[in-house]
Amino acid sequence: MAIKGAIVVDIEYCKGCGVCVGACPQEVIRLSKKVNGKGYNFAEMQNDACVGCSNCAVVCPDGVITVYRLKV
Amino acid sequence: MKELRLMKGNEAIAEAAIRIGVDGYFGYPITPQSEVLEHLMAEKPWEKTGMVVLQAESEVASINMVYGGAACGKKVMTTSSSPGFSLMQEGMSYIAGAELPCVVANVVRGGPGLGTIQPSQADYFQATKGGGHGDYKLITLAPSTVQEMYDFVGLSFELAFKYRNPAIILSDGLIGQMMEKVYLTEYKERWSDEYINKTFPWATTGRAADRGNSIITSLQLQADKQEEVNLRLQKKYREIEDNEVRYELINCEDADYYFIAYGSSARISQKAMELAAEEGIKVGLIRPITLWPFPTKIIRELGQKSKGVLSVEMSAGQMVEDVRLAIEGKVKVEHFGRFGGVIHSPAEILNALKTKIIGG
Amino acid sequence: MSEVRLEDIIKPENKVYSKTDLLTDTVMHYCPGCGHGTAHRIVAEVIEELGAQNNTVGIAPVGCSVLAYNYFNIDVQQAAHGRAPALATAVKRLMPDRLVFTYQGDGDLAAIGTGETIHACNRGENITIIFINNGIYGMTGGQMAPTTLPNMKSSTSPFGRDVEMMGNPLKITELLAQLPGTAYVTRQAVHTPAHVRRTKKAIRKAFDLQAKGAGTTFVEIVSNCNSGWKMTPVDANKWMEENMFPYYPLGDIKIPAE
Repeated sequence: MAIKGAIVVDIEYCKGCGVCVGACPQEVIRLSKKVNGKGYNFAEMQNDACVGCSNCAVVCPDGVITVYRLKV
Repeated sequence: MKELRLMKGNEAIAEAAIRIGVDGYFGYPITPQSEVLEHLMAEKPWEKTGMVVLQAESEVASINMVYGGAACGKKVMTTSSSPGFSLMQEGMSYIAGAELPCVVANVVRGGPGLGTIQPSQADYFQATKGGGHGDYKLITLAPSTVQEMYDFVGLSFELAFKYRNPAIILSDGLIGQMMEKVYLTEYKERWSDEYINKTFPWATTGRAADRGNSIITSLQLQADKQEEVNLRLQKKYREIEDNEVRYELINCEDADYYFIAYGSSARISQKAMELAAEEGIKVGLIRPITLWPFPTKIIRELGQKSKGVLSVEMSAGQMVEDVRLAIEGKVKVEHFGRFGGVIHSPAEILNALKTKIIGG
Repeated sequence: MSEVRLEDIIKPENKVYSKTDLLTDTVMHYCPGCGHGTAHRIVAEVIEELGAQNNTVGIAPVGCSVLAYNYFNIDVQQAAHGRAPALATAVKRLMPDRLVFTYQGDGDLAAIGTGETIHACNRGENITIIFINNGIYGMTGGQMAPTTLPNMKSSTSPFGRDVEMMGNPLKITELLAQLPGTAYVTRQAVHTPAHVRRTKKAIRKAFDLQAKGAGTTFVEIVSNCNSGWKMTPVDANKWMEENMFPYYPLGDIKIPAE
């Protein structure tokens, strides 16, 4: 059995601080080259290695990350 | 039959607080008002009505405890004397800005600075013109008897809650310390949580899920929004000025001259009025009971038709400015008063009338 | 293993973490990476876990978190600078069954509000104080705070805090732990997931102790101020670990006897 995870970033609320990037043990998250309406490079998934550990969401100062987890 | 008791003015404030169902008193000792806290601690109202009484670490803490309690829709109060009341001005400004009801009594002593512990009326400006920063007003009641010290606690709370505005009892060391007979009222129950929740939806009672969260603040970062807050406050102040002016007229029917005096000075001026009558000088006394809103209209109506007006106050001349605004230069207005803790005598007042108004 | 598509994972039944409804949807005004947002969220999460939304009064300070009342979905009073413990004292005494907490920064709590803080703690007021210590006045633009480290630069110590001239940083949390009125005093951080989880447990413990009437509970959170420190959020967290933690070591300072 494997665990697959995914995050959804509320892009317009993200301030691109990057704290989640270093908090991810799977190196799933990067700051996008694109910007949101306020000009911040928002966080996004860069691969499918997410295991849904929630570390990124737990440490996100603005609570913009929702985490999903599926056992397959 | 009404219960009658001989009490100090300060004790009367404390006893009234217990009997009208005040929820909390937070205070700090300072002469000449320490009997308020002493009386409360001796009476243990927490056993009778559930009233909270706490000696705070400073007047700054006291007034902010009052802020916190008032924000919960509770009947809360503090008392102090001049230097302590100065320390409370930050809190008073916040309370006025957040539009919270509360009662504060200032048993005034001589200043400036540490001044003296003797009675004075030199905190008139501070009480009636705001006192702290920003455009705000405090409903200001001036008792001249120990009975009024008692009665004005209830009246102050009534007005404070009616207008969501702090109310001040501006007394002085003379009325705070002297003993007179006082008719006491029956014990009233404190407001229930249900009543407060129903009546004051703005109160932060911790019931956010029932009605959406209540926020008590005096902050509005956008200037235009802050102006709106101020406009609302000013509208409320005009309403108070229209509806809540209180005064007493003594011997004003066919007076040639008027004394304008409040609190202790009104008592002494009454004797001066008698002395004047013995000499055939017809003097009436207009005693403002509310110092803000000031009884401008009655002073204007009576004073402008008189031969002169003497404003009597234990200060270097503060209320006289409001009297002059009322009289609009139509007749002579002068101030008389001893200050720095000295109490003027009836003879001195009569003499001032003769030299400054009649012969001046 | 068959290919799992993103749409299969992102379904309501698979949701394991999202922002609590105890926070409003208002965008927080805090700078990117600021610890205030994290601290707000875990306080809100604990209130939600306790089912205490309808039983809590929070007190906001003056400073960066002055607008905290816009973010918590609970009743909040906003205090004058430093006076939050006085407000909380009255609220708790007048409504003893409510959960009452203050949320204060270092300037508010450890400079202008030192008197209110010490005396509330010394009386053992049954309240919880959440103390955010980032060693600087953030809101007013990075001035020296009571907790600014020796030699640390700020806009009012532009050449570094000279303790000979400006005095020493105040370890107020250790000081408060000496008072008989405090039941639980701890220092935590919120810059890594592990620290956030630990701090949340500390806040839960503080609120639980308050419910038992244990006395004052005090949770310091050593935090960052990347704008005031003039660093990126990630660098600020690293600087905090290297410089703030040695002076303000993390861990429980006082725990109640079992």
